Amino acid sequence: MQLKTHTRPKVIAVQVMEDRIDAATAIQFKEKMRDATKDGPARVVLDLARVQFLDSSGLGAIVAVKKLLGPDRALELAGLTPTVEKVFRLTRMDSIFTIHPTLEIAVSHAASA
Amino acid sequence: MQPAPDPAPGAQDLHLTFPADPFAVREALARMLALPPLCTLGPDGRGTAEIVLAEVLNNIAEHAYVDRVGPVAVTIAAGAQGVSCLLVDEGRAMPDNRLPAGRLPASRLPDGQTVELVDLPEGGFGWHLIRSLTRNLTYARVDGQNRVSFLLPRDG
Repeated sequence: MQLKTHTRPKVIAVQVMEDRIDAATAIQFKEKMRDATKDGPARVVLDLARVQFLDSSGLGAIVAVKKLLGPDRALELAGLTPTVEKVFRLTRMDSIFTIHPTLEIAVSHAASA
Repeated sequence: MQPAPDPAPGAQDLHLTFPADPFAVREALARMLALPPLCTLGPDGRGTAEIVLAEVLNNIAEHAYVDRVGPVAVTIAAGAQGVSCLLVDEGRAMPDNRLPAGRLPASRLPDGQTVELVDLPEGGFGWHLIRSLTRNLTYARVDGQNRVSFLLPRDG
């Protein structure tokens, strides 16, 4: 499970470099996200543009990361591919995350905020 | 093994047996999606098939085989109404010999407010996804085996 982290003044952008977050990698994903976001700005954007597949374990891990960040920080999502979007929509978890079309849009949103 | 319900007789039926552990499941999913009949579906149909098969297989790996890795046999057959799937394992029976209801865990309160952060659900999504995306979902415990079958509708 490889993540690429870019820390900017007001936002941490984390790119998932794998094509899936599933039962085989969900725990590792959660641990790596915890390390990647330990310090830094309150706002975290998770770029899922490369992730073609997410199962309920992967979804649970993303929710767990949101909880780890706590109430004073935000986990936002960007770049949902069609199958990933379907999992968020069917479980209604799309309603508890701010979801941006792309990482670029998410980050430019931060710059103008 | 008995064929899946309502199968189309044909050489395109796929039979696959593999150990129910997360990495073998991942490999098997890749094979299933690359072979007929699933490879003939559009991207949306393949995505749906992968979600459903992954959730049923994860459930077998985590709950049917609690402390060991056992085999699971998958049959996938194309028919007039869609793709029929049958998954057979030799693990523990489902609680009360029936499938979980698959009620979606609450992320919203009745007044529409989001639940407290600490109360957000991290699991319990699997059977909701399976039930949302399939038809004719059945479960039977036969001769020490769990048999789960369902239809992935053609238009789903």
